[in-house]
Amino acid sequence: MSHNAAVVTIRNVTKTFPRGRVTALQEIDLEVAHGEFISLIGPSGCGKSTLLRVIGDLVQPSSGDVLVNGKPARQARRDRDYGIVFQAAVLYDWRTIAKNIALPLELLGWNRSRRAKRVQEMLELVELTGFESHHPWQLSGGMQQRVSIARALSFSPALLLMDEPFGALDEMTRERLNMELLRIWSETGSTVIFVTHSISEAVFLSTRVAVMSARPGRISAVVPVDLPQPRTADTREEPRFFELVTEVRERLHAVGADKVVEELEALE
Amino acid sequence: MSEIAAASRVRRLQPRASATTAVLAKIATALLVLAGLWALWEGYRWTWIHFDLHRPFVVDDTTMPRVHDIVGALFDRTQPDGPLLIDFLFHSALFTAKEAAAGFAIGAAIGFFLGAIVARFVFLQRGLMPYIVASQTIPILAVAPMVVVGLGSLTVFGSTPTNWVRVAVIAAYLTFFPVTVNTVRGLQSAAPEAVELMRSYAAGEWKIFWKLRVPSALPFLFSAFRIAATACVVGAIIGELPSSIQDGLGGAILNFNQYYALNPAALWATNLVAAALGICFFLVVVIAERLIVRRPPEQLV
Repeated sequence: MSHNAAVVTIRNVTKTFPRGRVTALQEIDLEVAHGEFISLIGPSGCGKSTLLRVIGDLVQPSSGDVLVNGKPARQARRDRDYGIVFQAAVLYDWRTIAKNIALPLELLGWNRSRRAKRVQEMLELVELTGFESHHPWQLSGGMQQRVSIARALSFSPALLLMDEPFGALDEMTRERLNMELLRIWSETGSTVIFVTHSISEAVFLSTRVAVMSARPGRISAVVPVDLPQPRTADTREEPRFFELVTEVRERLHAVGADKVVEELEALE
Repeated sequence: MSEIAAASRVRRLQPRASATTAVLAKIATALLVLAGLWALWEGYRWTWIHFDLHRPFVVDDTTMPRVHDIVGALFDRTQPDGPLLIDFLFHSALFTAKEAAAGFAIGAAIGFFLGAIVARFVFLQRGLMPYIVASQTIPILAVAPMVVVGLGSLTVFGSTPTNWVRVAVIAAYLTFFPVTVNTVRGLQSAAPEAVELMRSYAAGEWKIFWKLRVPSALPFLFSAFRIAATACVVGAIIGELPSSIQDGLGGAILNFNQYYALNPAALWATNLVAAALGICFFLVVVIAERLIVRRPPEQLV
């Protein structure tokens, strides 16, 4: 596959939920190229998680198409093209760390020795070698999330879908896992779609940032991030970083994100 | 590094206090509770007799035998040349245990099956649940004779269920209900994201059921098994009553009930053994749970 071939093509996708007649997504068009790291950012309730689920064939769009590597999303899911990481690590308490990572491989029918070999590679990738026989509750939140990433990547999916994966972690852990995710991204050469509500996280990680607006949820702007690769801790201190953060923030404000946030807070 | 430190701190929070100390503490607690119960019984007895209280009932050696008389009765002979009472009751308890264990197995299997069907097909929840609930509101004492007599006139594969099998059915009747209710809740307890993950691995319903829903349901199932463990013993004892089975604890209770005025301690001793049997069943479930269910230590009860 050539480097710039589209991995994901979203064409005119609309999603309405009949109950409450909410238009979660309206006429979304987006292409994600191979090897890209694209962030979806927007206020709560703008449909960014719904869009991620539509891409992953976990939610059916009301109209429009999603193609992954040229196939319909349904087929892509059956072909196991998606690795998914949620905000909660969603590890199985009754399985050890090694067996959690091996779960997708079991479902793929890999034999024991092949599974064990891959689990070791994955533990190395997320720097958790030595924790294979621990149980999830013995690990900190950040470590659990790294296991979740290892599990998502274990079967080498074409596309990594991440729904606010570091949203529940403290700032220190979050920044460190950001670095680690970038390293994993460059080592595996995977394509990532990353949902977040942190502007600086989106700018730091991404090659492009898609800004979404709420009610109805739509992509109001796409900001290319031209910061040099690889990103380092110093990237966060470059003037260009701040310019891009400001740009994304202004795009968010332009779509009235702050107003929506106030409304939501008033509702709570 | 700090994360690794955090993880080891988590482990250090549950120090491996020497296992013998823990066991000794448990034994001490159990003995203390027994002593407390003994003091309560004897204290009540002494107070009511000493002040000649008549409410709620007159206390004397017939209504409330001394604790040591009850325990002592266990080591009396049932007949001049018969076995010790404790020996007799031990064999009765084994017989009842056989009925109760078979009932538990049948009830747990049926309960899980019903629960799985109700959890899978939500429309059945409304259709089926009222009858499942109704089955438990009919007093077991009313159902037991019908089942025992009814099954006695039934021929399955050319043979009639033997007495103890019929009693096991009664025990199963009391067992399945908590298992059904908790199976439904347990199978639906998996996090929505966990189900979405399984779907993203292209796992079918059957794989999701065995690899996610059933393991998630295990803590709920074991809660049900704890209730069922004592319920199946009660079911077995009650089931023996209308079937004139003399080999179990139910038969012994009926028997000693008739001679209560002569030897009240024998009935109380039988009750003690029945209670001990219930506790044994409960403990087996607790131990099985410890061995099977892996979950955070703070959730262990």
